[in-house]
Amino acid sequence: MSKLHITTTINGDAAEFLCDPAATLLDVLRGELDLTGSKEGCGSGDCGACTVVLDGEMVCSCLVLAAEAEGRVIATIEGVAEGNALHPVQRQFLEKGALQCGFCTPGFIVAAKALVDRNPDPTETEIRYWLAGNLCRCTGYDKIVRAVQAAAAELRQERTPA
Amino acid sequence: MPSPSFHAPETREAAIALLAADPGARPLSGGTDLVVQMRSGRFVPSAVVDLKRIAGMSGVRAMGEGFAIGAATPCTALKADAALAAAWPGVVEAANLIGSVQVRNRATMAGNLCNASPAADSVPALAAANARVLVAGPNGEREVPVLDIPLSPGKTSLTPGEFVAEIRLPPRLERGGDAYLRSTPRTEMDIAVAGAGVSVEMAPDGTCAAARIALGAVGPKVVLVEEAAAALVGTRLDDAALEAMAVAIRAACHPIDDKRGTVAYRKAMAATLARRALFIAVKRAGGAA
Repeated sequence: MSKLHITTTINGDAAEFLCDPAATLLDVLRGELDLTGSKEGCGSGDCGACTVVLDGEMVCSCLVLAAEAEGRVIATIEGVAEGNALHPVQRQFLEKGALQCGFCTPGFIVAAKALVDRNPDPTETEIRYWLAGNLCRCTGYDKIVRAVQAAAAELRQERTPA
Repeated sequence: MPSPSFHAPETREAAIALLAADPGARPLSGGTDLVVQMRSGRFVPSAVVDLKRIAGMSGVRAMGEGFAIGAATPCTALKADAALAAAWPGVVEAANLIGSVQVRNRATMAGNLCNASPAADSVPALAAANARVLVAGPNGEREVPVLDIPLSPGKTSLTPGEFVAEIRLPPRLERGGDAYLRSTPRTEMDIAVAGAGVSVEMAPDGTCAAARIALGAVGPKVVLVEEAAAALVGTRLDDAALEAMAVAIRAACHPIDDKRGTVAYRKAMAATLARRALFIAVKRAGGAA
């Protein structure tokens, strides 16, 4: 089977790649484009470690065929920080100790950013439901929830004129 | 794993031609079941036909007083349609119990239906709502009840070249309401041990004018329990009517015993969930329960 030529946009930049028709978007991000921040935990949509934003909606990149990315707009964990400036969600994960081994962290950060981007004041319940598709086996989730609350509070302050 | 070919046609006709030409071809919408099957090697299609680039395949549109939902419409987009969410809240809620936000941003009700899992959450809700589907295929289009699509786990009544193009919901019933509830060990990211969808229409005098009760995960496919609905019609949903409904439901359940639940537990929960869903549906219908 010949490879498919796909043109897409990743983290604001035009990108193109060749892929096998059965390759997933995660396979291509990690294997072809050296964007190894997105992780493969389960490969079946259960763990959320591969979460990316596709045309504005967060999805499991392990459940998207790479060929489907033609003409779409993708945002990955590599695009969350602006240069050396961490996004508030990233900084609060560090400050609140919301990670241990770190394998799930890119997925959590992409998902948490997607939440605070659309809801600047989520309740704890909303945070927990929103992140239900991201599994962490280290932290027990509590520090993750605190970090997302702190990041949301920080973003609210930024958005409110002094 | 052998590689399938990948196609992203822009018309229904092209999709039908691709699917009809190759019995091993499969339509792709959200991919949350198909890609998992491909990765595990459980099922590897010879061709994947992505339906999402076909005009009209994504989104909800009014169809008379009812609704037509494109087959590639993700579950989360259903919540964004205020008219649909107001008319059929049980259907929209059922579709938004599936998986996680990540999964629901891709997964579709048509895929949930055609994956033919007995535990599919949106299917009992659609069956209770008396939804129909538009099937497109080499011999033209046909409209069939949702109930007629799944046959048994993983098997559907679709013939080669056919795919579900649209799900059609009737207008909201006057003094009507619907609801779906399921039982799972975890509130999110879990598969129903039992599920019950209820649609009810109340008469002006407060009696039950009509009802549809459909169950999931208690047999090889979704079950519409007409005897359970008949036990309610004409009553004020008194204890005797509710007990008759529960008896009919338990008799209609033919579940399996597995690690997720026993036969006895599934039968008991199906009746309990139907009763609770009925109360929610009646409340939504403007009734007293």
